[in-house]
Amino acid sequence: MSTQDPTERLELLQGTLDLLILRTLIFGAQHGQGIARAIQQTSQEELLVEHGALYPALQRLEERGWISAKWGVSSNNRKARFYALTAAGRKQLVKETNKWKRLTGAIARILGPESAKG
Amino acid sequence: MFRRKRKLDDFSSEIEAHIQLEIERLREQGLTEEQARATAHRSFGNVMHAEERFYESSRWLWWDHFWQDVRYALRMLRKSPGFTAIAVMTIALGIGATTAIFSVVNATLLHALPYPHAEQLVSIAADFPGAGARDVGMSQPEWQDLQRSGIFEYVSPTWFDENNLTGSSHPARVRILIVAPNYFALLGVKPQLGHAFHPEDHSPGLLEEVVISDGLWKRAFGSDPHILDKSVRMDTDLYRIVGVMPPGFDAPGRTAEERNIEVWAATSFYGTPLPDNPPRNRRFLPTAVARLKPGLSTTQAQSRVDALVAWLQKQFADDYPLQSAWSVRLVPLQERVVGNVRQSLILLLGAVALVLLIGCVNVANLLLARASARGREMALRQALGAGRRRLITQLLTESVFLSLLGGIVGLVILLCTKQYLLRLLPESFPRLANTSISWSVLLFALVSSLVTGAIFGLAPALHAGRVDLTYALKEGARGSTGSGEQARTRRMLVITEFALSVVLMIAAGLLLRSFWDLLNVRLGFCPQNVMAVRTRLPAPNFPENDLYSNAAQETPFLREVLRRARTLPGVQEVAIGDTASVPLDQSLRELKVISEGQFFLTFESSGNQADQPTAVERSSVTPSYFHLLGIPLLRGRFLGESDDDKAPQVAIINEAFARTYWPNQDPLGRRFKRNRTDSPWITVIGVIANARTESLAQAEVPQIYLSLYQSESRRLVIFLRGHMDAAAIPEEVREQVQAVDPTLPISGSQTLNETVSASLAERRFSMKMVGLFAVTALFLAGLGIYGVISYMVSERTHEIGIRIALGADKKNILQMVFRQGLGLAITGAVAGLAGALIVSRLMAGLLYGVRPTDPLTFSSVAFLLIGVALLACYIPARRALRVDPVIALRHE
Repeated sequence: MSTQDPTERLELLQGTLDLLILRTLIFGAQHGQGIARAIQQTSQEELLVEHGALYPALQRLEERGWISAKWGVSSNNRKARFYALTAAGRKQLVKETNKWKRLTGAIARILGPESAKG
Repeated sequence: MFRRKRKLDDFSSEIEAHIQLEIERLREQGLTEEQARATAHRSFGNVMHAEERFYESSRWLWWDHFWQDVRYALRMLRKSPGFTAIAVMTIALGIGATTAIFSVVNATLLHALPYPHAEQLVSIAADFPGAGARDVGMSQPEWQDLQRSGIFEYVSPTWFDENNLTGSSHPARVRILIVAPNYFALLGVKPQLGHAFHPEDHSPGLLEEVVISDGLWKRAFGSDPHILDKSVRMDTDLYRIVGVMPPGFDAPGRTAEERNIEVWAATSFYGTPLPDNPPRNRRFLPTAVARLKPGLSTTQAQSRVDALVAWLQKQFADDYPLQSAWSVRLVPLQERVVGNVRQSLILLLGAVALVLLIGCVNVANLLLARASARGREMALRQALGAGRRRLITQLLTESVFLSLLGGIVGLVILLCTKQYLLRLLPESFPRLANTSISWSVLLFALVSSLVTGAIFGLAPALHAGRVDLTYALKEGARGSTGSGEQARTRRMLVITEFALSVVLMIAAGLLLRSFWDLLNVRLGFCPQNVMAVRTRLPAPNFPENDLYSNAAQETPFLREVLRRARTLPGVQEVAIGDTASVPLDQSLRELKVISEGQFFLTFESSGNQADQPTAVERSSVTPSYFHLLGIPLLRGRFLGESDDDKAPQVAIINEAFARTYWPNQDPLGRRFKRNRTDSPWITVIGVIANARTESLAQAEVPQIYLSLYQSESRRLVIFLRGHMDAAAIPEEVREQVQAVDPTLPISGSQTLNETVSASLAERRFSMKMVGLFAVTALFLAGLGIYGVISYMVSERTHEIGIRIALGADKKNILQMVFRQGLGLAITGAVAGLAGALIVSRLMAGLLYGVRPTDPLTFSSVAFLLIGVALLACYIPARRALRVDPVIALRHE
């Protein structure tokens, strides 16, 4: 499969959306649309986040107590629901980040020589 | 009640806000309004999908589903009231009966004895296995040895006795328990009024203090609040009441008599009226209870007791002849109290559980039939996106709901009929706690309802989950439903039902045969028109107060009572005996074992039996006893009026005794004596036929009858034969006895037929209950096979129509239907017979006269079941015959 086409974005791996949301919120409270934007921009448009999938994920994180939410007003004066990282969420982020790094590190080590050949 | 954390509306407006924000952002990038809206929606994806996922992630979703299912179940049940009624009643019957039996099991087997740390309590019994004697009792020094052994916290002998309470309007017989002063400390129970004995009060003789029961306090003393320190006269001796036990306090005994103690007296079992230095070989203490040291298990304690016994046998070799093999047995007290009903109760619980299971199978069958009628509905639901799991949950909810409904109805029926049901329990059943609908019983009913619902709901639910959509929808369109697999399941269920019923019927059949055989056993005596009335001569602690200290003093009293009783209206014959002489009397088992019945004797050296002490059953009677009971003389002569205290001691023996101890020899003139140094020789003067006076189940129990004029028995039974007014007799006898001695009480008037029947009470109870369950099971199994066969007939109406049209005659059609039904019944019966072989072996201990593999019972049950199956097939078969080929074919 070709990855040359810039419009062809990467689909998110199972479970990584949570990590990305938590990471995005580290810079302060943000609403859903803002989070989606931020993920897309910081990944240099590489990642495809279906906005519809974002909300059930936010809901899940909220239920676990990792983020908190309240209604507020956006920069352009629109009502939006703002999410903020909680202390537990911060801890979870550190944990998940480490886990992710170990995972990608391990996978990179396995793929390393292979990709060198290619 | 439970709310979702966040409303769906809130979620939707968040999404709306998102889309608005996105549109604005895109507009800033220069897109037109329309383009921006389309792009925003595209990048969001499916809004409804997101909303659904939000909804499902909400944590009370299962609750929503549950309510949905319950509401749906209710609607379904209401829509088919006939089905609902039958299913609910079947379950109600099963759960109600199971719960009823469980409440009895709960009150007897599962409840610990109502004393603190009851697991430490044991009963102590001693045996002489070498002499064939059990429960030989213990002597005072032996008790002291056990008390000092360090194995027990406390050891208290318990000596059941009766006493004559005088001072109130009539002299009354009271049930008294003579115990060691540590008895109440041992049990750990305190009186409601006053105090108990001081555990370390070891003064000689009987303590002056007594403790009375709540019942006696209310009955004889009118709940007098100033009862403490009042004096009471029993057997002419004065005692002081120091405590009143709380209501509901029962002594740990095996029979109702032993449990309903009214007076507790304490002694250290030495000093007048007992010997000052009781010898080691006089075992006058019938049984003992003890509390183990904390942390000691019964097995550990037993091994330490065994070591003690071995040491004592060495130390006192003269008192413990090796051949009698003295041993001391510790039995958990609970085991002793409930041990003899355990097997019957477990049998009943098993039987009732089988009925419940058969009920489950029946309802499962009904549900399956309905499930096939609902096949289209299920297929449609699945086609619309209901998952398999969701369908199974829904059907299970329905069935559990159904069985809960059944459980509730069952409990209501149980509560309404409780009074009547409790009366079915034989009086001898130990009731540790009140047999009632307690929380644990309610919990049991709830859990068994849930489990029941799950069991009978499982098969239909799993089937529904396996529906083949295209097939079901197509089939449905043609109006025929059940799949081959479903039919197979239904047949399996009916076979199971039959097998279970066979097991139950065989158990009931064997019990019935045992009972029938016992009822028709040749008694060897004639209980008709005989009444037994009890009285008791006082045994004062001080010999100078004793008016009946020896046979010479007692005989004139006996003769006078006999003479007076003979004058009562309707009375033809009168005799007097001791308690042991009442045939088949179960109420005073303990008394019989130690104080009266068993008799250790030594035979006059005749070679084979020399010197070995032997325990035999003994009773003392007046001469007319044998004629009154219709026991025939085989050889020698009966007792005579002249065999009194001045004449040499004589005895009558029964055939079994002669055959056991003097096989092939003439027993007349042979001599034996009580196993005590001062006892005189007793000469055998007559042999009577065997009679089942000990136990209905045992034909040959060696028995000795002594002359009451030559023995000292204080517990007397007056036998009267004739056409008497049973209600008036106790009062008439009381007048006559009290005319001779006004201090004597009268008690326990009973006809001998009642005594015989009471001896069968436990057997009758288990037989009736198991029989009832078996009939229910048979009925349910019949219904089950009827259901399956008639379903089959209605399913094959079309086929039958074709067959008839093609010229099949009635015989062919009938054969077809019956072959199906019989096939199921025979398969079930064979499986059931195999199961019954196992079960009947387990209940061998409850049987009498039949082998656990009794071929008559087995074959008749099998035939009965097949008969029922044929009957159940008959109705659908007739329907099959009436099939009109024209209509059946047009059905297409």
